[in-house]
Amino acid sequence: MDTGLQIGLETNPQSAIRNPKSEMVIVFAEATNGQLKKAAFEAVTYGAATAQLLGSQCVALTLGNVQNPGQLGIYGASKVFNVQGTAFGNFDSQVYASAIAQATEKLGALVVVLSHTSTGKSLLGRLAARLNAGSVPGAKSLPDVSGGGFKVTKGVYSGKAIATYEISSPIKLISLGGNEIPLKADGNEVAIETLEIAAPTSKVKVLSVKREDGIVPLPEATTVVSAGRGMKGPENWGIVEELAQVMGATTACSRPVADADWRPHHEHVGQTGVAIRPNLYIAIGISGAIQHLAGVNQSKVIVVINKDPEAPFFKAADYGVVGDLFEVVPKLTAAMRKLKQG
Amino acid sequence: MKLLVCVSKTPDTTSKISFTADGTKFNDAGITFIMNPYDEWYALVRACELMEKNGGTVTLINVGGADNDQTIRKGLAIGATDAVRVDAEPKSALFIAKQIAEHAKSQDYDIVFCGKESIDYNGSEVGAMVAEFLDLPFISYASKLDVNGATATVERDIEGGVETLEVSGPFVLSAAKGMAEQRIPNMMGIMKAKSKPFAVVPAVAFPDLAVPVAYTMPKEKTGVKLVSPDDMEELVRLLHEEAKVI
Repeated sequence: MDTGLQIGLETNPQSAIRNPKSEMVIVFAEATNGQLKKAAFEAVTYGAATAQLLGSQCVALTLGNVQNPGQLGIYGASKVFNVQGTAFGNFDSQVYASAIAQATEKLGALVVVLSHTSTGKSLLGRLAARLNAGSVPGAKSLPDVSGGGFKVTKGVYSGKAIATYEISSPIKLISLGGNEIPLKADGNEVAIETLEIAAPTSKVKVLSVKREDGIVPLPEATTVVSAGRGMKGPENWGIVEELAQVMGATTACSRPVADADWRPHHEHVGQTGVAIRPNLYIAIGISGAIQHLAGVNQSKVIVVINKDPEAPFFKAADYGVVGDLFEVVPKLTAAMRKLKQG
Repeated sequence: MKLLVCVSKTPDTTSKISFTADGTKFNDAGITFIMNPYDEWYALVRACELMEKNGGTVTLINVGGADNDQTIRKGLAIGATDAVRVDAEPKSALFIAKQIAEHAKSQDYDIVFCGKESIDYNGSEVGAMVAEFLDLPFISYASKLDVNGATATVERDIEGGVETLEVSGPFVLSAAKGMAEQRIPNMMGIMKAKSKPFAVVPAVAFPDLAVPVAYTMPKEKTGVKLVSPDDMEELVRLLHEEAKVI
């Protein structure tokens, strides 16, 4: 990632004319079942780096019951604010956006950072409309604040290109893409202050939440093992799951596989499925149609295993294995196991 | 039921993307444009199914120039009852959402549908913005929607799972895969679409607060390194020592 971290305060003459206090960064730190997400740590890391560029400070905000919010200080928050209330038990964008907007206004923060998750994506637009603020969804870089401007890059055309957005409103909104920034954990735990905010009553009733326990969700996964039609049928997925298990990876699949109900559709990665950017993406028996590539081509390293040497995916790969996946995958699993047992 | 479906026009999913030489504009030469797949396959088709079952209307809304009319007509051919085009060349999501909200605020729609995102800017913002402008609940990433009287039951995709919820009264929804099956318009639909009400209205003034000012292409891969299928220990070594990703 092009972090722009080197653009410090000293090398940025425009920082001097900015009012540090008024450009406070507030980060909404997301939690699932009271546990802060990795995405929240990334967002705070990003918020703290942004505050450094602006010569201001970064504070974090948690809503409802969250365990150990003080740990956000480790990633750079100078203070953590918490809003208590039963309204935050389940996610409702209307309730959450109201609380975040009120906190932003109450604290006078001018940069709001969210995570680009299903939660953050549902909030960003609401906050933009409510705070009359320009927003960049799925940011890839720290803001370029040179010349008094505020520019942020994001992927467009499903990862086929990168656009630089300029935000011109007093309040700036950013949702940070997953795995875009390495965590920086060199701070200390900080104090938690309770913020009194009245949230509206939810008009939505959550009936049930089903999550597959113990599995890192695809957008957060650093390693993904994905398979396609080359698997020939859902009964053959055992070798893929075993490889994923040995590697601590999340499993994914191509669109035809999800369409045929061989795999659950939340595993579908690609242009019309989930877009991901893990450190390592292993594609097994996937030819690499342009729509599939659009969802995975921002992965840092791509390994392709396919028996067809002409498969278009090889052009987008860093490492390739031309061979029968039913022989190659178990061998790869064994080699991985050997490495892990070191 | 009175339903509104927000649709946008995007490059076809197989398009090769390029930009003008100065990197400030999308190069649309040779590009085929389509209705954004999430808007068409999931939002529009599900809205039509609900109307066919419960009665009512499905209105299409698009913010764009006259070159979008063909895309809007396709939506009418699929089954929408009428269409509104807000005549403007939009530059930002908030501008688009403001136009949609301006239209919707006096219309008492039961459900406002959007696709979960457009496949060009991938912002996933307009639905949430419209919901906030109208002060309505926003149910994002819905993969299933059933309506019983005044109550709707929705399943939505969350990271690694599914959430089921219930909402009463009007709301805004963004539709994801699973919501409906793609429909191909038939000849009868195409003929009927020609006489369906299609209004073109002026845009309300609203500032663009976040706009793309430059585009670049991601770095090309330098070329694949092939590893023998008989030597997976070498692949593991490369991933561990060279790529440093395991």
